[in-house]
Amino acid sequence: MYDVAVIGAGVTGAMIARGLAKYDAKVCILEKANDVATGATRANSAIVHAGFDAKEGSLKAKLNVEGSKMMKKVTDELGVKYKNNGSLVIGFNDEDRKTIEELKKRGDANGVEGLRVIDAAELRELEPNISENATCALYAPTGAIVCPYDLTIAAVGNAMDNGVELKLNFKVTGIEKDGSDYVIKSENEQIKAHYVINAAGLFADDIAKMVGDDSFSINPRRGEYILLDKECGGLVSHTIFRTPSKMGKGILVSPTVDGNLLTGPTSVDIADKEDNTTTSEGFAHIIKEASENLKAVPFGKTITSFCGLRATGSTGDFIINSPKAGFINAAGIESPGLSASPAIAEYVIGLLKEQGFNAAQKDSFNPVRRSAHYFKDASVEEKNEIIKKNPAFGRIVCRCEIVTEGEILEAIHTNPKATDLDGVKRRTRSGMGRCQSGFCSPYIVEILSRELGIPYECVTKSGGESYINVGKTKEAE
Amino acid sequence: MDLVIIGGGPAGMSAAIAAYESGIRDMVILERDESLGGILQQCIHNGFGLHKFGEELTGPEYAWRYEKKVRELNIPVKLGTMVLDITEDKVITATNPEDGIFTIEAKAIILAMGCRERSKGALNIAGSRPAGIYSAGTAQKYVNMKGYMPGKNVVILGSGDIGLIMARRMTLEGAKVHAVCELMPYSGGLARNIEQCLNDFGIPLKLSHTVVEIHGKERVTGVTIAKVDENRKPILETKEYIPCDTLLLSVGLIPENELSKSAGISLSTITSGADVDQDRQTSIPGIFACGNVLHVHDLVDFVSEEAEIAGKSAALYIQNGKENTCSIALETDGKIRYTVPQRITENKDVKVYFRVADVFKNVKINVYSGENVVFSKRKQKVAPGEMESILLKKEMLEGAEKLTFKLEEA
Repeated sequence: MYDVAVIGAGVTGAMIARGLAKYDAKVCILEKANDVATGATRANSAIVHAGFDAKEGSLKAKLNVEGSKMMKKVTDELGVKYKNNGSLVIGFNDEDRKTIEELKKRGDANGVEGLRVIDAAELRELEPNISENATCALYAPTGAIVCPYDLTIAAVGNAMDNGVELKLNFKVTGIEKDGSDYVIKSENEQIKAHYVINAAGLFADDIAKMVGDDSFSINPRRGEYILLDKECGGLVSHTIFRTPSKMGKGILVSPTVDGNLLTGPTSVDIADKEDNTTTSEGFAHIIKEASENLKAVPFGKTITSFCGLRATGSTGDFIINSPKAGFINAAGIESPGLSASPAIAEYVIGLLKEQGFNAAQKDSFNPVRRSAHYFKDASVEEKNEIIKKNPAFGRIVCRCEIVTEGEILEAIHTNPKATDLDGVKRRTRSGMGRCQSGFCSPYIVEILSRELGIPYECVTKSGGESYINVGKTKEAE
Repeated sequence: MDLVIIGGGPAGMSAAIAAYESGIRDMVILERDESLGGILQQCIHNGFGLHKFGEELTGPEYAWRYEKKVRELNIPVKLGTMVLDITEDKVITATNPEDGIFTIEAKAIILAMGCRERSKGALNIAGSRPAGIYSAGTAQKYVNMKGYMPGKNVVILGSGDIGLIMARRMTLEGAKVHAVCELMPYSGGLARNIEQCLNDFGIPLKLSHTVVEIHGKERVTGVTIAKVDENRKPILETKEYIPCDTLLLSVGLIPENELSKSAGISLSTITSGADVDQDRQTSIPGIFACGNVLHVHDLVDFVSEEAEIAGKSAALYIQNGKENTCSIALETDGKIRYTVPQRITENKDVKVYFRVADVFKNVKINVYSGENVVFSKRKQKVAPGEMESILLKKEMLEGAEKLTFKLEEA
């Protein structure tokens, strides 16, 4: 019996679970995938928006601005990479300038600090590689970048370290009422909880329907991205947006906290909630628009492309409410969901208290999680101390991203534990470099097999049937 | 330390032996793997050593000839050691489990880090990203080194040599290779590999074809291929779905020059390797490069040959310094894509390696010094997949400032 069950281990569920870990309550997270951060959280623009996009008075605007202000502290506590790089919305003509001035007004009204409309000269000074055709920009000094799965993994890890349970491969198939409690069922298991929080991302409408709430729907919207080599990460230092138009926000260009250059996303409504495929039209669109933003974007240095699905809600705003006693929706969390996530967590816990959740805050809560990147960030002397104690930190497994065996072992043994190749990758960056795991994957499969005590051929890329190998060779058999 | 060799594959070992035989003793080979041999360790097919030893060896046999020598000569080797950084002043930072992170100041460095395969990510293939997509070399590692099958129903994109070799290898292990798709109208692999690895097994080579979409959620379930037009754009009416569980990629090799870049060595935009002189010295005096880190070779025999030059030259550099007696730039006409070396700084016989940009028949390789043809050789056929070489005699270099390599009608 749990006090609270959180359905979904994306960034929303993770931040809520971490918030609940501060209370003297029994909390679990239910996640259908083999790891946390595998849905919309896995693939998005990785941006902490300043907060000038959302309409005044909307929940999106309120929680974006609040969340953005909280993000620095949260990432410090969790040892997550965060960079306050500032953002620019660039304009190419008078019409864009008008829109940019409206955005500034809206941002001011939303409480965004430091917004300024700048001219071409100042824009070039800030970003020498910006397109010659850009004439003005909205400068938002509070804009920032963060790694969304790093944040989610760290938040779940910190929650678990403080007593929260994580159940992976728990796909909710039904929710029933048992007195004032909820019985949440998967194919093989069921758990009971007093309160349920629906943070199921793309599937939040399906979950809500299980308790009889059909007041909204979630419509997947495809967003494709192209990621460039670290060689290109310095091309711009700010996040570069285009002026939004009827056609949407357009293609952005941004450095990532890991030093790559990210371009995207496309924006296409689709029907299938699991169709995260990329398209050649999408690639063409990204390449065209990104190339208009800067003088040149070296797409020859592409290291990968991917597609994320936004969980776009039917109401146009975040859907955070309590449609039934003890049941709370945290749904429709599309952009600026990542930015808002720390504030969403507080807001949801507020609603939970309104529903009668009255657990006391516990003194033992430790908000700090050792950074997953502590070895990478250490000085040479510190690294040598660590290697002396554990020689595995002297052995480089991923040569492109310089990831040691020690870091991979910790990813497999630290909450939330990685159990597949993608899990190790998201925690350590092994395989995210320019060779895209060509060299290191056979070694990491070996380490996973050894550490998890499973046969080599049973190691998967991302759980389920995603086996890396399908059997032994003739001789090995 | 006198000499540090980065990489213990065929290039590094051959360079080390040559330097030793030229009198260098204070040296070390730094190798990131747990054993010497580099990529040859997983190349268990034969065909290595025909030029060098006049016999057909497997990759491990070829490597062993050099490893044995390294051991006999007691050339120091640090295994499991990854170089993290090289500076312009030849300070090397490396790490391994025993020594931790350490630095070596070297009088000379030989770069022999090899190359990596171009990945799927670089290609922007539409579709999903399931398990079952591997570069051919990664698949080769799973099969030959680990004893596991990465799949049973295979489509291969790209007809590079590793892809061709793996088409045969997977077939021998009981997998069905449905097709090898090659974007270009010709293969990038050796003619002998097309014959022995595809034709002998009835595996279709689909020239001017590419993979336009990958299907499957958890594991690959199929790929859509299509013919491409002369601009290499897919012709959508020719789309064809092939059910498979594996897509192997053999779409090019890239010299691994991240360390060279951090040292500030100037690189060729065509080879992605260092710009070198006839001694394989890079733009930084005392830093040499050889093997696949310099330019991608088809045959290891020529890697060994090139590495010997680098090893000997590094020894000379350490012992006497190296003096330039001339300065000749080697240029190409585009039909010839590049030469190695790219410049000549000493008046002596120089063997020049080069690759062509397309398949050409009945041509002459002409080398011009100003208006004069100083060298000419007729070839029935040249192809991008087969590296060519010519020997420039010392007297051809007399008075030249620039030599231009041209492919002209015979």
